[in-house]
Amino acid sequence: MTVAMGSMKAGEPVFYVVDEHEHPEGSSTMLGFWIYLMSDCLIFAILFAVYGVLGAKYAAGPAPKDLFDLSLVAVNTSFLLLSSLTYGFAMLSMQQNRVGAMQAWLAVTGLFGLAFLGIELTEFAHMIHEGATPQRSAFLSSFFTLVGTHGLHVTFGLIWLVTLMVQVKTYGLIEANRRRLVCLSMFWHFLDVIWIGVFTFVYLMGMLR
Amino acid sequence: MFDTADLTKLIFGRLTLESLPLHEPIIVGTFAMVALGGLALFGAITYFRLWGYLWREWFTTVDHKRIGIMYMVLGIVMLLRGFADALMMRLQQAIAFNGSEGYLNSHHYDQVFTAHGVIMIFFVAMPLVTGLMNYVVPLQIGARDVSFPFLNNFSFWMTTAGAVLVMCSLFVGEFARTGWLAYPPLSNLSYSPDVGVDYYIWALQVAGVGTLLSGVNLICTIVKMRAPGMTMMKMPVFTWTSLCTNVLIVASFPVLTAVLALLSLDRYVGTNFFTNDFGGDPMMYVNLIWIWGHPEVYILILPAFGIFSEVTSTFSGKRLFGYTSMVYATVVITILSYLVWLHHFFTMGSGASVNSFFGITTMIISIPTGAKMFNWLFTMYRGRIRFELPMMWTVAFMLTFVIGGMTGVLLAVPPADFVLHNSLFLVAHFHNVIIGGVLFGLFAGIAYWFPKAFGFKLDVFWGKMSFWFWTVGFYFAFMPLYVLGLMGVTRRLRTFDDPSLQIWFVIAGIGAFLILLGIASFLIQIAVSILRREQLADVSGDPWDARTLEWATSSPPPAYNFAFTPVVHDNDAWWDMKRRGYVRPLAGFKAIHMPSNTGTGVILAGLSTTMAFGLIWYMWWMAAGSFVALLAVAIGHTFNYHRSFHIPADEVVSVERARTELLAAGAKS
Repeated sequence: MTVAMGSMKAGEPVFYVVDEHEHPEGSSTMLGFWIYLMSDCLIFAILFAVYGVLGAKYAAGPAPKDLFDLSLVAVNTSFLLLSSLTYGFAMLSMQQNRVGAMQAWLAVTGLFGLAFLGIELTEFAHMIHEGATPQRSAFLSSFFTLVGTHGLHVTFGLIWLVTLMVQVKTYGLIEANRRRLVCLSMFWHFLDVIWIGVFTFVYLMGMLR
Repeated sequence: MFDTADLTKLIFGRLTLESLPLHEPIIVGTFAMVALGGLALFGAITYFRLWGYLWREWFTTVDHKRIGIMYMVLGIVMLLRGFADALMMRLQQAIAFNGSEGYLNSHHYDQVFTAHGVIMIFFVAMPLVTGLMNYVVPLQIGARDVSFPFLNNFSFWMTTAGAVLVMCSLFVGEFARTGWLAYPPLSNLSYSPDVGVDYYIWALQVAGVGTLLSGVNLICTIVKMRAPGMTMMKMPVFTWTSLCTNVLIVASFPVLTAVLALLSLDRYVGTNFFTNDFGGDPMMYVNLIWIWGHPEVYILILPAFGIFSEVTSTFSGKRLFGYTSMVYATVVITILSYLVWLHHFFTMGSGASVNSFFGITTMIISIPTGAKMFNWLFTMYRGRIRFELPMMWTVAFMLTFVIGGMTGVLLAVPPADFVLHNSLFLVAHFHNVIIGGVLFGLFAGIAYWFPKAFGFKLDVFWGKMSFWFWTVGFYFAFMPLYVLGLMGVTRRLRTFDDPSLQIWFVIAGIGAFLILLGIASFLIQIAVSILRREQLADVSGDPWDARTLEWATSSPPPAYNFAFTPVVHDNDAWWDMKRRGYVRPLAGFKAIHMPSNTGTGVILAGLSTTMAFGLIWYMWWMAAGSFVALLAVAIGHTFNYHRSFHIPADEVVSVERARTELLAAGAKS
């Protein structure tokens, strides 16, 4: 960028930019989205803290050992982790401008996400069927809220994913769409990280209690 | 299939004709006045054919300056509502002695003190603070707008939607009767079965989205959009305090969102987070809400500190004393504000060690705050002080805030707090710091930046009237509460048995009346200034001989703020430019890239309001329908890729030429 005025003598201070000092559109998007993610992370932090306080308040009701099916959760977890991997492949394809491959990987990611949600809902239905409802005890309230909030995030991620696939199909891999795909990528990996926390603190540690 | 009762319930949820408070003459009277006023306003706008103008130029605007002004208008309107509540309480407490029940029943009185707190913090102080930051920060850093102009518009409308919901509760149903933080178990469904707490929850959730997004927006703006040469340690102090405030917003509002969501799960789904049964823990709510609540008070006060810094150095004609220490003090306060939340409930009984920790961290905060106070004093020392309105408010702040700060340190001592907890001493303390700090700061800021926003100064006579009524009224209204608190009177009482206390409440009532005159004078000041705008006009763009970049452009600034982006060499960039013979460029203008207006923010906020209304009244179809529409509009908005335009160079030339002529005319007269 040029900062000198033609008429100014050398050595004189420069007080304004002559050329248009352009902030390219979306230059703050990544930072802004990252800050948003951190605020979202704080919501999860609160939910984890609440689970930490209430996680052992069974109120004479069922405890983790009575409810959790670790092998099912393991399958579930692997689906979500794989979906992060496939999203990574989608981003690699994006960088190589291979739209078809990228869309395919996004679709696979979405399917993994759907499968994850399906298993989670099955688990919930099973628990509720056994009388382990969110109303039964403070432990179950905090369990359903923490895991359910994560599930809601995945649901919104899926809606977003489909929207983006449509937009890429309609408008191609333009700059705005690339930016959005990177944002969704951060979101998706973020959910993965949160899930690792859920898996560790809720399921694994729950089985030890 | 359905009988009528079922059908009515399906459509209207729990909203019935009895929900309208027709049996409360005070509310009916208020409603009549508000309705008449609203109709008059509506009629006037229609008569003068202003709807199109308002929609195109204001409601849909993405210009940070206009959004800032709209925030200020919202804050001032809500101040009238919040203050009406305050007057009602003072009157009730002044007369409810010797067996008198006063004029407010407990059902109504409890709503009044809850609404007063909620409105003053969320819908007066927050919009006014956000409005000033919105207006000033981009100008101070030499930017053309914020990072996300559309989000800025959306944030404003979400805040407004929250205010609309609170106002709605006055006439349709009722507001919470729980106090401004709605502690459970009182706020649980079993003890507050009506819609009051639900209004509270959804008003704050909707407004909270706006606050959070505007926080993200301003952080990005300050980090990414500064003019070339403006390093972090060359930023104006108001921009620094704004940055810290917005960091606090992003780091604390999610906590409020989460804790209110948990409370609503308790109320709507029947979970057991804060219940007394099945393992629930009401004290966890108190902890969580204060983890948001304490940073919140610093969110309000830090920008006020920034305003005082700008005002002190401008009106003392000196560089701010101890800029670096000011910045570090701000950052330290930002961090410490997270480590003190438990001092709001020492009496919870967490034990001596925990209470000592939080007592000591609280006392430590007075160190950076004291450093700031001395910096302002040393800035004034040997300065050529001009006692214009902003400076008067600043001096009043320095005197008043120190008293509030000292009573704060007193309350930070756990054993003393056990005596003073929930007493009127506490009420006096926080009004002392919020009025003496935040509100005086906002008035200083309004008087200081008004000429920038509108091109003419505020009338001095009515400004001084407002100033003296406010300051004297404040002392009359709150010093008696310190006395009463020390005598053991607790907060939120409706009637009293001991007649010897009455005189103090009467004095406090007189103080509130003086403040009423202060508010009236402020409104008259604005009206008079508009009428006298020719005499009060400032064509220079720099009426105070100020120091920072916002004064480098015209008043009001053009839509693009700066025809050429400024280059910064010094903390006081504009002062430096003036001193070193900066010459305003007159040629070489180019087209300027700007964001386009959009109505999406208004629509999304409107849908959020109807969704919240449906949730409050159990009108599930309305809530679900609004939610689906919300998603659809939000997704639809992302399909619009054309969100900017160029202001043609010709237009920039003509705007700048007009300013050149104005400056020449100003120099002649």
